[in-house]
Amino acid sequence: MTDDPIIRVRGLVTSFGTNVVHDGLDLDVKRGEVIGVVGGSGTGKSVLLRAIVGLLKPDAGQIEVFGESVRTNDADSYRALRRRWGVMFQDGALFSSLNVRQNVEAPMREQLNLDDDLRALLAGIKVRMVGLPDKAQDNYPSELSGGMRKRAGFARAIALDPEIVFLDEPTAGLDPIGAAAFDTLIKQLQKSLGLTVFLVTHDLDSLHAICDRIAVLADKKVLAVGTMQEMLDVDHPWVQEYFHGPRARAAMPLADLKETE
Amino acid sequence: MDDARFEIADGRLLVTGRLTIEVFETLDRASTRQMAQEAQGIDIAGLTQMDTSGAWFLVDLEQRLGAGRITGASEAQDQLIATIRQNMPPKDAVATKSLGLTDHLENLGRRVALGGRNALELISFLGQVMATLARVIIHPRQLRLTSVVHHCQQVGVQAVPIVALMAFLIGVVLAFQGSAQLRQFGAEVFVVDLISISILRELGILLTAIIVAGRSGSAFTAAIGSMKMREEIDAMRTLGLDPVAILIVPRVLALIIMLPALGLIANISGLIGGAMMSWIELGVSPAVFQSRLVSNTDVWHFNVGMIKAPFFALIIGIIGCYQGMKVGGDAESLGRLTSASVVMAIFMVIVVDALFSIFFAIVGV
Repeated sequence: MTDDPIIRVRGLVTSFGTNVVHDGLDLDVKRGEVIGVVGGSGTGKSVLLRAIVGLLKPDAGQIEVFGESVRTNDADSYRALRRRWGVMFQDGALFSSLNVRQNVEAPMREQLNLDDDLRALLAGIKVRMVGLPDKAQDNYPSELSGGMRKRAGFARAIALDPEIVFLDEPTAGLDPIGAAAFDTLIKQLQKSLGLTVFLVTHDLDSLHAICDRIAVLADKKVLAVGTMQEMLDVDHPWVQEYFHGPRARAAMPLADLKETE
Repeated sequence: MDDARFEIADGRLLVTGRLTIEVFETLDRASTRQMAQEAQGIDIAGLTQMDTSGAWFLVDLEQRLGAGRITGASEAQDQLIATIRQNMPPKDAVATKSLGLTDHLENLGRRVALGGRNALELISFLGQVMATLARVIIHPRQLRLTSVVHHCQQVGVQAVPIVALMAFLIGVVLAFQGSAQLRQFGAEVFVVDLISISILRELGILLTAIIVAGRSGSAFTAAIGSMKMREEIDAMRTLGLDPVAILIVPRVLALIIMLPALGLIANISGLIGGAMMSWIELGVSPAVFQSRLVSNTDVWHFNVGMIKAPFFALIIGIIGCYQGMKVGGDAESLGRLTSASVVMAIFMVIVVDALFSIFFAIVGV
């Protein structure tokens, strides 16, 4: 049971018009791991995420989450499935007409029948867990900085204690300190909530800091999956450049560096 | 999996089963707390599943008993409980204060002050646009002619069908309703005066202005607002381009040119509609309608309507663009200000129309 992948993608084909984004893509995500998906711009990282959470209909292929297809025609079972994951979009995608607490309450309000006090209280805990100050609860998204919006988006994604969270470029646009803090936050919550994290990122520091495994998207497929060490040995020009480029060297912890030399 | 059960054994509170957020839909928290009062500690070895809300409830119970009383947690559960302990809400959450009379007074004062400030801002915006407009008239080379023509097409030419149809129907309705009333006095032929005066003087231009406010005023706000949202306006400023000259003057100018033209079309089409209905309903032939129109309706009725048109155009254009420039960073303000722009423009058009009525009554035309 535990060896079964929590997310299983087989032969995924997606395209926009004549532009084929994925062509026969396979990917397995194990329960409880943090998987980082990297790839150049336009290789369909976000598209893959959107296909897995069912926002986008693939042209062909199987996507199973918790062993169930996400393309089920049954609205109830899709709803039940959706309840077990949370998604954080790039800029938080908070509802602009609701304040932070109401945003976090929104999934609880939709899915469960809780009394108002409890809902507000649990939302408050989630907001504190992602490291936002209490007074931010009453702020509207337009009053928050980019980093705070991302945190609030994360709080909403974990509002219902999902088993999987999908994070789309969580550290993009954050300053290095904020990005590092966000990495720590992801790792810490991943441990304490037992989350499986599906992370789309460009940030090499994040990959080093929190990812158990890395999946590289290139040539319309998952080119390689493995740990950071394994990535360094992959013989593909793009992967080589990505993990051995100047930025990669700067991001690499000393220990890793010695081993590669 | 069973929902969580709470029982007292050997002075300890035993929690078994599944303590997740769904459980709280039915769990009676008050009586559980009551029961836990007598316990010396909390044993959760029998918990099969626990999430954040479950951990919160246990920590909450624990805090009522005194710290460090939860035993039997697995490693993962322990970690979650520790996380929740760090993030418990402050003891006395702020109760929402009810508003007193002074608060309401203060709110009223703030709103009045805000309204005054907005009015001042709008007037200064009007001044800015007028100054830029004057500069453009003095130096016609600065005029963005392509842009003006484009907006003339957008706000004028493309509005012709709807304006013409609207005015035609108004003419029909006036003739129909008027004839029913006037027939009682045997004064059917006065329907011509009724139609011509009301359409030429008031309805033609007023209804055109209202349609244009709904059509183009909102479009101005939305277009300029979304540019503001995506920082395009700021980008223009940093490039040394004047957004008022580039975005606003062409729009306002196009409206000032096109609204009288639309008004004229509305007048003609309204008269045609009225004449047609008079013919069908009352047997007033088009020839009679025409001769009565020419002999009995002073040309000033037409002039009064046309004089108002550029002023209405200015109001619609200025308000539409002003609201667009007020859009902030979020999508919600765009929607709110777009609807505010339409409401405000229509309201101001009617207010100014009323002022014109008084003015023309005093000067006697």
